[in-house]
This record gives sequence, C-alpha cells and structure tokens, in this order.
Amino acid sequence: MLTYTIRRLLLAIPTLFFISLIIFLLLDLAPGDPMSQVPLTVPPEVKAKMREALGADQPMVVRYVLWLKQFFVVEPQHILDGWFHTNWAGDSQRILSWQSRSPVADTIAERLPQTLTVIGSSYLIGVLIALPIGILSAYRQYSWFDQLGTFIAMIGFSVPTFFTGVLLIVIFSVNLHWFPSIYDTTLKVTDWASFGTQVRQMAMPVAVLSLYNAAQISRYMRSSMLDNLTQDYVRTARAKGLTERVVVLKHVLRNSLIPVVTVIALGIPTIFAGAIITEQVFKVNGLGALLINAIYANDIPMVQTLTFIFAVLIVLFNLVADIVYGMLDPRIRYD
Amino acid sequence: MKLKTALMGAVAAFALAPAAFAERGSDGQLNIIYWQAPSILNPYLSSGTKDVESASLVLEPLAGFNEKGEVIARLVTEVPTVENGGVSADLTSITWKLIPDLKWSDGTPVTAADAVFTAQYCMDPAGGCAQLARYEGVQSVEAVDDLTIRVTFTGPKPNPYQAFVGATSPLLQAAQFADCLGAKAPECTAANFGPIGTGPFVVTEFKTNDTIQFAANPNYRDPMKPAFATVNFKGGGDAQSAARAVLETGEFDYAWNLQLAPDVLAGMAAAGKGHVINAFGTLVERIEMNMTDPDAGLAEGERSTVAHPHPILSDIKVREALSKAIDRNLLVEVGYGPAGRATCNLVPAPELFASDNTGCIAQDMAGAKALLDEAGWVPGADGVREKDGRRLHLLYQTSTNAVRQDFQALIKGWWNELGVEVELKNIDASVFFGGDPGSPDTFQKFYADVEMYANNFDGTDPEPYLAQYTCAKAPGPDSQWQGENINRFCDPAYDAMVAELGATGEMAKRGELARKLNDMLTKDSLVVVPLVDRGRNSGQAESLGGVVLNTWDSELWNVSDWFRVK
Repeated sequence: MLTYTIRRLLLAIPTLFFISLIIFLLLDLAPGDPMSQVPLTVPPEVKAKMREALGADQPMVVRYVLWLKQFFVVEPQHILDGWFHTNWAGDSQRILSWQSRSPVADTIAERLPQTLTVIGSSYLIGVLIALPIGILSAYRQYSWFDQLGTFIAMIGFSVPTFFTGVLLIVIFSVNLHWFPSIYDTTLKVTDWASFGTQVRQMAMPVAVLSLYNAAQISRYMRSSMLDNLTQDYVRTARAKGLTERVVVLKHVLRNSLIPVVTVIALGIPTIFAGAIITEQVFKVNGLGALLINAIYANDIPMVQTLTFIFAVLIVLFNLVADIVYGMLDPRIRYD
Repeated sequence: MKLKTALMGAVAAFALAPAAFAERGSDGQLNIIYWQAPSILNPYLSSGTKDVESASLVLEPLAGFNEKGEVIARLVTEVPTVENGGVSADLTSITWKLIPDLKWSDGTPVTAADAVFTAQYCMDPAGGCAQLARYEGVQSVEAVDDLTIRVTFTGPKPNPYQAFVGATSPLLQAAQFADCLGAKAPECTAANFGPIGTGPFVVTEFKTNDTIQFAANPNYRDPMKPAFATVNFKGGGDAQSAARAVLETGEFDYAWNLQLAPDVLAGMAAAGKGHVINAFGTLVERIEMNMTDPDAGLAEGERSTVAHPHPILSDIKVREALSKAIDRNLLVEVGYGPAGRATCNLVPAPELFASDNTGCIAQDMAGAKALLDEAGWVPGADGVREKDGRRLHLLYQTSTNAVRQDFQALIKGWWNELGVEVELKNIDASVFFGGDPGSPDTFQKFYADVEMYANNFDGTDPEPYLAQYTCAKAPGPDSQWQGENINRFCDPAYDAMVAELGATGEMAKRGELARKLNDMLTKDSLVVVPLVDRGRNSGQAESLGGVVLNTWDSELWNVSDWFRVK
C-alpha cells in the first residue's frame, strides 16, 4: 500500500503541472480584460499604464513561469516564515490579486473559515441525515418512508439552490423576520448570545446545502444497502439466528458503507471550493463568492490560484478515496 | 408665574437639544450595502465606483461637488476662483489654502507636503495610477508654506478643479505612503486597505471584496460629527438582494445603485421599511453610428477604419430616419421608470452645458419613411428597402444586459417597420468594454453598424468628454484600437471648436461652445443618437436622515451629516 501511495503521489506531480498549464491557457486565451470594469471615463492611455503596472502586458510564457515560481517557491516560503518566524522569502514578489493588489493567499486564508463553517457543517449535517434515511429506505423498500425519502431526495436534487435559497429568504427573512437575509462575516462568536446569532445566520444557507448534499448521499446509501441486503451472507447471518439489528447494522451496513465512504471523500474538495450560488444568495462571501467575483473582474492571478488549489485538493482526495477503499475492503489490493 | 414658565421652557429646550444636535457617535451603527464589494480603499489604484465611494468615508479631497454639481470646499478655507485671486488670471495656476489646525485621524497635522506627495504618488510613471487623468496638464505641485498648495499647469487650464477635487482625487497621508511610490504601490497592502484620512470615519477592519468596518474619526474637524459611532459596509450579492435588505427586511440603512425594473422596486418599497431615492447625472444611454465600413469582406486592418466610409450610414438622411423612428418615452417606461428620462443630448447636465435640444423626443414614423424614400432607399419585394442592389441591413450590437436586450428588441421593431432589416448581437460586458485589441467584439473595434451603451463624464466639466470625438482619437489598427472616438466621426469644424473650448476660460462662453459641440454630434449630424438620460437609484431606510443623493461626487459625500431618525 505504501509503494502504491508513493507511486500515485509521484504521478500526481506531472498531472498537476499539466492541469496548471491548462488552467493558465484557458484563462489567458479566453476573451476579457482586467480593465473591463474600469469606468469608460478613464482614458485609454491611463488604462494602458494600469495594465502595465499589473504586469498583464508581459508575454504569456513569462507570466506562467512567474506564477509557477510564486506558487511553488515564494508562497510556501511565506507560510514557513509565518510558522517559524524566519525570513526565507525576503521581499520576493507574492501572487497579487489584480483587483485588490493584495496577496491572493491572504484573501484565501481570510475566506476559508466562513466557507469551512457554512459549507463544512452543511456537508456534515447532510451526511448525518443521509445515512439513516438511506439505511431505513433500503431496509423498508417501497414503504411510505422510502417513498417520502425518494420524494425529498428528488426535490433536493432537482430544485436549484438559487430557488430554494431565495424561497427561504422570502419566507423566513422577509415575512417572518426569523433569520437575517445577509450573512455577517465580521461576527465573532464569544458568548452564547453571539453563538445564537451565528446559528441563526447559518440556518438558511446550511439548510439549503444540507438538503442538496443529503439528497445525493442518501441515494448512494440506499442503493448500496439494497445491493448488500440480497447477498447470500445476509441470509446466512439470519439463518444463524442473529437479530435483525445485528444483521443490518453490523453486517450489511459495514459492507454498504465502503462505496459510500468513497463518495463522501470525493465530495470533500467541494467544501473548499465553496458553493458559488448559495454563497452569493446569502452573501456568505466565502471561497465560492471569491472565485466568481474574480472571474467577473478578470482577476487572473486569483482565479488561477484558486482553481489550481481546487485541482490539488481533487487529486489528493481521489487518492485518499482510493486508499480508504483499499483499507476498508480487504478484497481490494493495489500491490 | 411667567418666570416659572420661561424657566420650564428653557429646561425643556435643553432636554430636547440632544435630539436635535446629536453628538459624535450618539446614533450607533450605520449599515450600508453595496452589491459590488470594495476591493481596495485606495482610489489611486482602482477606479471602480465601489472602491472610490467606500474610500470616501475616510479619504477626502481638498474640494468636492455638491448635489447641484457646484464645487464646494472640504479641506480648504474657500474654493479658489479668478475673482478671489486663487486662480491666476492667465489660468495657469491654482492656489489652495488648507484649513488651519486640520488633523489626520492619527492626530498628526495635515500639511501642504501631503498634497505634494499625493501628486507625486499618482504621477509616478511606474505606479499605474487609475486617476492619472485628474492630474493631466499638471506641471508641478508645490508647497508654498505649510498650509498653501500651488498647482501649476503646463498651459492655461479653464477648468482647474481636477487634481484634489472630488472623491476620485483625495489627499493621501505622505507619512503613510512614503515607501509606496511607483512600482511599490501595490505592495503596501496595509496602507491600501487602511488609509489614514481626514474624513468622518476610520477603517477598523477591511476584508477585501467582503466587508469593511469603520469607526468615527476622533480627530474629525467638526467635533459634533459624525452622528454614527460605527459603519458596517457590506459588499457583494446582487442589486435585488441589496434592495430587499433595505426596503423589505430593514437589515441595512442604505443600498447603492439599485438597477432594477421599476415595478420590482415599487413592490419592495410597499413594505414600508425604506424608499428609493433618485437623482440625475450625465449618464446617457445612446446609439452610436459607425461612420466607417465594418464589412467582414474587407481585410483585417481595413475593416471599420476611416479609409472606408460606411456605405449606408454615411448618409445623414438614413441616420436621421433611424433616430426619428424611436419612441424614447416608451424606452424610458420599459427600462428605467422614474430613474430615466428621454433625452436628445449627449451632455444632459449641468444646466450651463445642456442644450435645449428636444426635437428627437416625439416619434415620427412617417417622417422617417419619407427621409429614406428621399435618400433613394425604396422598399423591395420582401419589404426591406434596397438601393443599387444593396439591402438596408444593419448589425446592431450592445453588451449583455436585460434592459439593453429589451431596448434592442423594441428598436428593432421600429426599424423593421421602416423597412430596415436588423440583426441583433449582444456581447458579454467584460469583452465588449474590455478593450482587448485581439478581440473582434470590443466596442472600440466596432465591427457592427450601430452599437448601444451608456457613458458619462467625470465631474461637471464636459470638455474632455466632447474632445473624445475629434478626428485624431478614432481607434484604428495603428493605435492598437485604442481611442474614444468610436464612431470615427471627423469634422474639422468640430476639432477647431474643441480647441477653442480648451482655450476659453469664461464660463458663459464655455457653456455656449459645449452646447454647440453637443448639437454638432447629436441633432445636426446624428452620429450619436441619445436615448435615455439615466439617473441613479439608491435605497434609503426610513430611519436614516440627512441623505442627499449626489451624482457628481461620491454618493456618501455627506455621510458626516447622516443621522438616525428617532
């Protein structure tokens, strides 16, 4: 397993380089200009000077190599400097956003907590809801509970979050005044009162995303349970006189969880990528909102860095999923 | 008894006084929402309205504009003019006198050296200053003494209120930005995110593209202001949710630039939590006619250049007919409601510069048809007019935007009625306005017959705006398709009059010349076909007082006077 992991990690390096090149070319060859949001009252000569100051007029190769250096050398140096109070990076140029002229990494670090809190907790809650629903739906297949679960899953799956989000705002903010419609990112949880405020402002975005996540995962759980419930070993277990509880929760559930765990692991990078639409609807201003905003403003360094970090996470969690799969299922051996 | 009554009255008056004259910080928190989030608080590094206006809570210019477009003193004792001797008689210099004992929010004195530094900061060739146009024609900025700033121009400057006037050209603190000159400008993140200013508020926390927290400036020059202790400035989302937060849920006090359909806004305002305020500036939605041939059959580098006049639109009769067929009042009703009005002018305001031209407002379909007949375009077999075997076909492009697509559809309908075949095209705004010389779809390249967008001018002086239509400013392959005369309009008489305007200092005469130039582009030649004078819509909570919407400066120009209605 160790040699397999090392082999996969080494293989990931050229993959990631290739991905970074593709991202860079896509962004660069796509039409658009960082000056497009500058008002028309600014004369073209001034715009040309601003473009020059951003470094946007440099040849493509120069910008790509510079970005590689900044991403793989300068930024890690800065992180280490921050941890150990050293000064390796000196004053080498970090990756700067074209919009805010500040280091991209700082902005990402600033946005990460709210994304992890909102999207992370919705993923967690989604999983916690989905597993029992999936188990029970499969065990009582075609019962009213199964039908209801299927119905809700279909709604969660097919109704877009920009609809459910706005619907919740109209009901709970505009009419009932229960929850705020705008997320306050400056809120610091220091006591029970502020914790209550935090829970109230998280309620709607988390509900919307949990529904979506739970819909997806509960269907995987259900079908995986169904596959296992008809297996011979289940009949054997029952024939041995084991209780239904032990049969279902110990024998069937464990085996059914193997593919579900993989699906859950593969979904983790999406927590970091944020939920572009939901964040926009509730003004959570996490990483998803950061990405879409940067795309609109043609802030290439920001988009490039963010998408590449997502690519790294996806490659990494694919590997994690494969390894977990091998650990959970003794039949699978990679070596 | 009388004395007692008088005393009681006096006591009552004292008891009521605090309500009328709120003290600094007595009104709690002000919540402002901008649906475009501020990225940076240094207007010299970003000209986005969101950035300039959020920074205006902190950074102030020497003088600003009021809601009528008049120059008002902010950090100076009075506005310099030729009459009071502040502007030299030959119009080559302007002298500003700072208010004595003025302090930055950190308690250090504001001096003329700060102004000298600010000019140096923006005019540094490696800095990429976004407001460089404000310092155009400035030869030197010098500190005559600690409180006196003299700006000398390279030649006579009839409008000297450019540098240090308005929210786009504020004063920076020399001490804070000393190490941020030129190429180092973007590296000063701490300064760019938390500038020290003279304004009513100071930055306490800045999260880029998200929120800003401000607190009242302890050293603000008026000890009673601002009434609010803190400001929560939230950015992001969309105009509709910003409008909802102010008008329906009451979570915010002020929302900027609510570009929404008139009925949507009216529905939200019915909740009673707030109302919509509007004001007009100089933003005009217009159709620009291409005077050159955009034919795809021409070689690249020849297309849409002055070498090839437009085969259809070079004829003024056709242009006039196209303008006559448009019902501008209907466009206003559909697209903007109370925030728009029909116009025939490129320069709709200020009053001094606005021509009395209203001839285009009434739709005249019969007149338009007659003009096309006269021009030799006669209806063909399928109703489309033809002349010398050429069909009257126009490609009409604009940026992607719901209102613009509605306008395209309506105007296409009217032009079809005339017998003109119209092909519509819409292009993503980031490409259309992007100015990428490699893209065929930019508004400058103008590979279409007519195009529609909106433009305005900075401040109150239309001279640079009108000067955009001179022959030399036509975009072309030799200028990397940069240039503002996107119609490729060229009239030596126009160029001569622009030069005359540049040398005229007397205001009445400037007004007359500007009106003539406006007419030459609009009613005389119809190279530019103005449609709608677009106002600004903003949302204000009922509990917020003191707001005066100003389209000539930052919308938050008088935030120090805002208060909570009790």
